[in-house]
Amino acid sequence: MRNYDKVIYEVSKKGRRAYRLPESDVEMKPVESLIPEAFLRKEEAPLPEVSEVDVIRHYTNLSNKNYGVDTGFYPLGSCTMKYNPKINEDVAAMPGLSQLHPYQPEKTIQGSLEIMYELQKALAEIGGMDETTLQPAAGAHGELTGILIIKAYHQLKGDFHRNKIITPDSSHGTNPATVATAGYELVEIPSNADGSVNLEALKEAIDENLAGLMLTNPSTLGLFETQIGEIAKLIHENGGLLYYDGANMNAIMGKSRPGDMGFDVMHYNLHKTFSTPHGGGGPGSGAVAVKQHLAKFLPKPVVVKTGEGYGFDYDRPESIGKIKGFYGNYGILLRAYTYIKTMGRDGLKYASETAVLNANYMMHQLKEDYKLPMNQVCKHEFVLDGLKMDELSGIRTLDVAKRLLDYGYHPPTVYFPLIVHEAIMIEPTETESRETLDEFIAAMKAIAREAKEDPELLKNAPYNTPVRRVNEVLAAKQLVLKYKDSL
Amino acid sequence: MFRYIPNGDDDRKSMMDHLGIKDIDELFKDIPETLKFKGQLDLEASQSEPEVLKYFEEKAAANCSLTQLTSFLGAGVYDHYIPGIIKHMVGRGEFYTAYTPYQPEISQGTLQVIFEYQSMICDLTGMDVSNASMYDGPTAAAEALLMATTQKKMEKIILAGAISPEIRQVIETYMKYRDIEVVTLKEEKGLVDFKDLEAKLDQDVAAVLVQSPNFYGLIEDVERVSEMAHGRKALAIAYVDPISLGVLKSPGEAGVDIAVGDGQALGNGTNLGGPYLGFLATTNKLVRKMPGRIVGQTEDVDGKRAWVLTLQAREQHIRRYKATSNICSNQGLNALIASIYMTTLGREGLKEVAMMSLQKAHYAYDKLLATGRFKPAFEGAFFKEFVLLADMEPEVINQKLLENNILGGYDLSKACGVDKGIMFAVTEKRSKEEIDRLAELLEVM
Repeated sequence: MRNYDKVIYEVSKKGRRAYRLPESDVEMKPVESLIPEAFLRKEEAPLPEVSEVDVIRHYTNLSNKNYGVDTGFYPLGSCTMKYNPKINEDVAAMPGLSQLHPYQPEKTIQGSLEIMYELQKALAEIGGMDETTLQPAAGAHGELTGILIIKAYHQLKGDFHRNKIITPDSSHGTNPATVATAGYELVEIPSNADGSVNLEALKEAIDENLAGLMLTNPSTLGLFETQIGEIAKLIHENGGLLYYDGANMNAIMGKSRPGDMGFDVMHYNLHKTFSTPHGGGGPGSGAVAVKQHLAKFLPKPVVVKTGEGYGFDYDRPESIGKIKGFYGNYGILLRAYTYIKTMGRDGLKYASETAVLNANYMMHQLKEDYKLPMNQVCKHEFVLDGLKMDELSGIRTLDVAKRLLDYGYHPPTVYFPLIVHEAIMIEPTETESRETLDEFIAAMKAIAREAKEDPELLKNAPYNTPVRRVNEVLAAKQLVLKYKDSL
Repeated sequence: MFRYIPNGDDDRKSMMDHLGIKDIDELFKDIPETLKFKGQLDLEASQSEPEVLKYFEEKAAANCSLTQLTSFLGAGVYDHYIPGIIKHMVGRGEFYTAYTPYQPEISQGTLQVIFEYQSMICDLTGMDVSNASMYDGPTAAAEALLMATTQKKMEKIILAGAISPEIRQVIETYMKYRDIEVVTLKEEKGLVDFKDLEAKLDQDVAAVLVQSPNFYGLIEDVERVSEMAHGRKALAIAYVDPISLGVLKSPGEAGVDIAVGDGQALGNGTNLGGPYLGFLATTNKLVRKMPGRIVGQTEDVDGKRAWVLTLQAREQHIRRYKATSNICSNQGLNALIASIYMTTLGREGLKEVAMMSLQKAHYAYDKLLATGRFKPAFEGAFFKEFVLLADMEPEVINQKLLENNILGGYDLSKACGVDKGIMFAVTEKRSKEEIDRLAELLEVM
């Protein structure tokens, strides 16, 4: 079925069924007697009609056109595509833990509340922070939560004039976008060539309107920001707060803690560092932890220990409010806590060490054929600046990435961070064996050879994928966003 | 040894030899001495699979789940039937261990799923375009309102009175820090007070948001809200229950500009509040203002039909500070669940689920009123959920029901100040026998 190419509507045939509901055991009244006609649907929703076999074949065939961590190596920088343990899925599917209504009485969900309470504690400990909210649904959502907490902090002090958040130009796109979503002004400062904060630029950007700074450490170039102590001092002395973007936490568990670096508030990507699956785009979880002085601003409710057990604390008058319905992506929280229990304090540290070792090992081997802008020890990921060859060859990073598809790999992140022109950002994670790393290194070297010997081979790659290079311009020009829109 | 980390001590040593280092800490020498974490994290030591499972089984046993309880609780989260095949498809590692489909050549599975999801959401809502999902219904509503304020360049929005507290609170958080004024309408018998809407709908309003069925389960006149909003050049936003659209007029038919809602009921378990998904659909006119990912159809170099993320110039990774939203990760896997649900139920099934829920809710309504213990709270037409006024405290009722393994209604006296108000939700999963038993217990309470 390699050439399966049907849209579900093309499988549809009138009268086919993939479900069976029980016969109604109550009297079926004419619908018009229950609902005024003006409120009734006139035109039926033209959903497909298929059999159960059709459903299974359709989605199975679609899944075969995908590539996941279960399929193979996924060195996607900044995304921490580590193995997603199966026990996590089993725990999240336990009926006693999953089949719960969010408005059930607290006394009927004590087990779940205890898990959430313990997870809050564990995350705070790993980050060197004091209190945690599990409510944000994703990393960017955590960023928004954290930046709103910073805003609430300043507003409570009456400092409404503090309206600027500083981010380096090497930051993740979500950082500046979050600044906008939170209703702040952005001050983007240039980074040093190694991706570190340019202290002079930072000093210049600081004025009486400073609200805070958003930073990733290790930076998006995979390098530890060694000046962080000085940066934190500068920001704090000028009345600002520090936000830690936790996307790169996989480098430092048990080795260094954002709270100890001087950060006031941070988010964790449970779907990166704590092994929960990316789901083809989500759901994630962006839990946020803060130092004590910001605890009262956390979204409500927070899970607390009470005299009778565990409960939701809604009595938080300074809270920024709710940032999401209910209590967060709870099913993801279960998976993350399963991982933390499985790895333990020793395993988390070992994971970070191994992730960093794997990255340095690969960087060391690839710098012969690829440009390495920063030749120094990296953390969990590193950034190359394209092939080491004559630029006139016209071979770009995109071509290398597409050729990697033919070798059976998911390519690294490309063209990010923006400050590295032909960026190839590689994050192997700790869950890959040396053999896998060696095979990938060999593929990268083979591609470097191909680039010299047969550049056209790269320019037209990939060849062995379910579809080849797709026309993105056409997609954006003639918008076909649902089935049967005309092309 | 850690089973998720293949490299053992030998591998580690030879890799370190390769790098010319003796100690792993040499790789962390760039961390200033004062910032090195020297102690041991205050966490437990690593545990074996049986130990971990035992812990979680114990916690599960400390809960009382819907496997033990018959639920009449809704208020935005519903116990609908979930086809068994969903878990088999969603459990495929090719789907759930994949990243966002930024590499279209090896992500056609995810991309096509999203394209079909968008198509089916459009079918259901009657709108032109849908995005690839939002975090949940409340955040989708907040983003829809932000979309409207950007489009209209106005800093004021109007919310119907009877919207869920979860939705309202999330919207308030999103708006408060943007200095967007949130105006709430009065209720008239549990519905939009149109006189109040007329009075408050001035030329500074970007959008009016109405939930239908509303928080009390009542069906709102969305069309009228929409017409009035448009009359003052404001956008109309409808927050809808997707299941209700098997029977009720679609947002598209009602003429709204943006339809949002929570997709939990489309095959997602109740999961103590998440993960679910938010859907957001709009008109062709507003497509470039939409937040989040969108998949479009195109072709590859060989002319083969293919799908790809499109209109990315709206998004944070391209547009940064000027993006339409900061959303990056969404609820992709939950959108897959919703897609499989809509595919499985299909054209007839969705109508059937909606119709059965409607009929059973009305059967329960009559049955509960017949106990003599309740009075109706409102007169308006309802879909699968209704509010009654009890002759005793809802808390006491729910406690007694719980003792009989029934998860009772939503207590409106506490959350919404409706004295002795209790709201029951009835889906197609509730049998006549279960409803009769609920009525019997209430009668003798």
